[in-house]
Amino acid sequence: MTALQTLAAALATGAVEVVDLTHTLDPDFPVIVLPPEFGQCARFRMEEVSAYDHRGPSWKWHNISMSEHTGTHFDAPVHWITGRDRPNSAVDEIAPENFVGPVCVIDCSQGAAEDEDFELTPDIIAEWEGIHGRIPADSWVLMRTDWSKRRGAEYLNLREDGAHSPGPTPEAMRILVHDRHIRGFGTETVGTDAGQGMHYTPPFPAHHTLHGAGRYGLQCLAGLDRLPPTGAMLLAAPLKIRNGTGSPLRVLALVPGKDAT
Amino acid sequence: MTDPLQPPPKKNPQVRSPLAHLPPVPRSRAALGLTARAAEGRFALQQCADCGAVQYPPRDACRVCLSTDLPWRDQPPMGALIAETTIRISPDLYFRDRMPWRMGTVRLASGVSVLCHLHGDVRKGPVRLILRLDRAGQGVIMALPEQEGPDMADDPQLRELGADPKHRRVLITDARAPTTRALVRALLDAGAATVFVGEAEPWRRWPGRDALAAMDRVEIVPLDLTDSASVREAAGTLGGKTDILINNAAFLRPGGLLERSDTVFAQQELEVNYLGLMRLAQGFGPMMHARGGDGVNSAAAWVNILSAHALAADPAHAGYSAASAAALSLTQSLRAEMRGGGVRVMTVLTGPPDDEWHAEIPPPKVAPRALARALVDGLQRGLEEVACGDVARDLVERWQRDAKVLERELAEGAGR
Repeated sequence: MTALQTLAAALATGAVEVVDLTHTLDPDFPVIVLPPEFGQCARFRMEEVSAYDHRGPSWKWHNISMSEHTGTHFDAPVHWITGRDRPNSAVDEIAPENFVGPVCVIDCSQGAAEDEDFELTPDIIAEWEGIHGRIPADSWVLMRTDWSKRRGAEYLNLREDGAHSPGPTPEAMRILVHDRHIRGFGTETVGTDAGQGMHYTPPFPAHHTLHGAGRYGLQCLAGLDRLPPTGAMLLAAPLKIRNGTGSPLRVLALVPGKDAT
Repeated sequence: MTDPLQPPPKKNPQVRSPLAHLPPVPRSRAALGLTARAAEGRFALQQCADCGAVQYPPRDACRVCLSTDLPWRDQPPMGALIAETTIRISPDLYFRDRMPWRMGTVRLASGVSVLCHLHGDVRKGPVRLILRLDRAGQGVIMALPEQEGPDMADDPQLRELGADPKHRRVLITDARAPTTRALVRALLDAGAATVFVGEAEPWRRWPGRDALAAMDRVEIVPLDLTDSASVREAAGTLGGKTDILINNAAFLRPGGLLERSDTVFAQQELEVNYLGLMRLAQGFGPMMHARGGDGVNSAAAWVNILSAHALAADPAHAGYSAASAAALSLTQSLRAEMRGGGVRVMTVLTGPPDDEWHAEIPPPKVAPRALARALVDGLQRGLEEVACGDVARDLVERWQRDAKVLERELAEGAGR
């Protein structure tokens, strides 16, 4: 059997399961909020064009609109100033093999439950590697916080001094990108950086470091508690938007099935 | 003495809701001048530019010298009731529902006699006249007692000539707007039964929410004008009990046309100020239109609060001026369609409010309480056009005098 035939059989028997890590595109889903004098991230909107009626007798369809960075979405290197001169830095230029790959999941859910500004630090990475082995080069690393289970105002968690949500420290990002050579980094929060990420040096270290090295980001992921620490395969292909800096997308993972032998 | 108006009883679900019959409609073009003055809340009649004779009813040539130069001039509203009658039977559907109906003849100091509706407290002798819009949106004159009396506004004939919030349920579309607290307060003070306040994006915390939510007779409801599904949902939930809708949502970012190289803010300005109004109209309009005759708490009025620069652009707020102009145009179409249901549409044109997006503009600015006072007064008097604040009043006046001159004056300082 070829590898793909084996995979097909495993999918058919349930030995490999498909898990959806995507939030529903919904007008009420939070987007990042910037100071109001800046242009803002467009919310998801849906306008009914016809619904089997006088506007179109036999069909229903909608016009939709949103930002490249609305809902569960992919960040390309060109999104950040550090990545603007990287080759193949827009979503339409990224080679498709980058959209399928292995994934490591670092569980920070307990810490994030206790501290809304919880940081992913080099120590936590070292601790994880002590159990699961060194993070392989060219793999996705996802920071599990169970933040995707939060609803309403608890999600952005905005206060007068800004948003409060967990994220990585600059040194953690340096290790992941420059020592481990990961393919990309993903979170369950609205961005790859912490809510207070602008106060680090450099500001927004995940964006700064990832995109400066030509790597990718995934954010607003859902249900990372359904992934094993290692051994899953991530499928995350953004829309092919010319010169796009990112794209909403359906993120799937192949995971070992419950009955896997 | 007027009997105080009682809150309406709960409706009998087995009885058809009353239709919104309208008073007789056709008028001459000259008589529409009466409508235009009533829309602004003025008491004005034609007065001959050549011989000074005051005219009534409106006409095309002076009753004394046959001059055709008959401009509308404000008149002292005092007169004496010299004759009255009570109509007890009428084939007209509107008056038939409201019998008996008192009418009378009032002699003005200028010598003309006008035919008018009579407030219940009016007796022969001195009266004060008001020019108001009736249910069909036409200027009519009513005689009031010289002195204000308690519960005077509850007179059934007078209540027909306004959209008094008393016992009515009001929807204010944007809870976060700086005007909302003052509007809620003023409407409750005016006797509104309930004030619903629309809240968009509850996932963004905002100051003042708890205080608003804690107010008696106030309910915060989900409503996002930029989201068609949200507006449909809100209309489906509240459309049947929205008697007065006040659209106070606004989005603007200052800046001239050439200051930005994109349409991002302009799109948001259109989404909120223009398309938001359109979504509201499509959602709430038909249901309010159907309830214009529904008793004490019938649907009564729709209010749009717009920048006075809807009339003439402020080049320093180019996108917002354009979106406001679009909203003003849509308001006119909405008024035309709502008239058939007996629902008034009022535009409140304001000068610059004291908010973060008018920080560059020196005072005078419009305080939320002043806006709320003008708006409630406009509802009670059934106006169609209200200019709130010195800047807006001045702008409207200059626009009426010479729109082209005003355009040029507003352009001073732009493009330097």
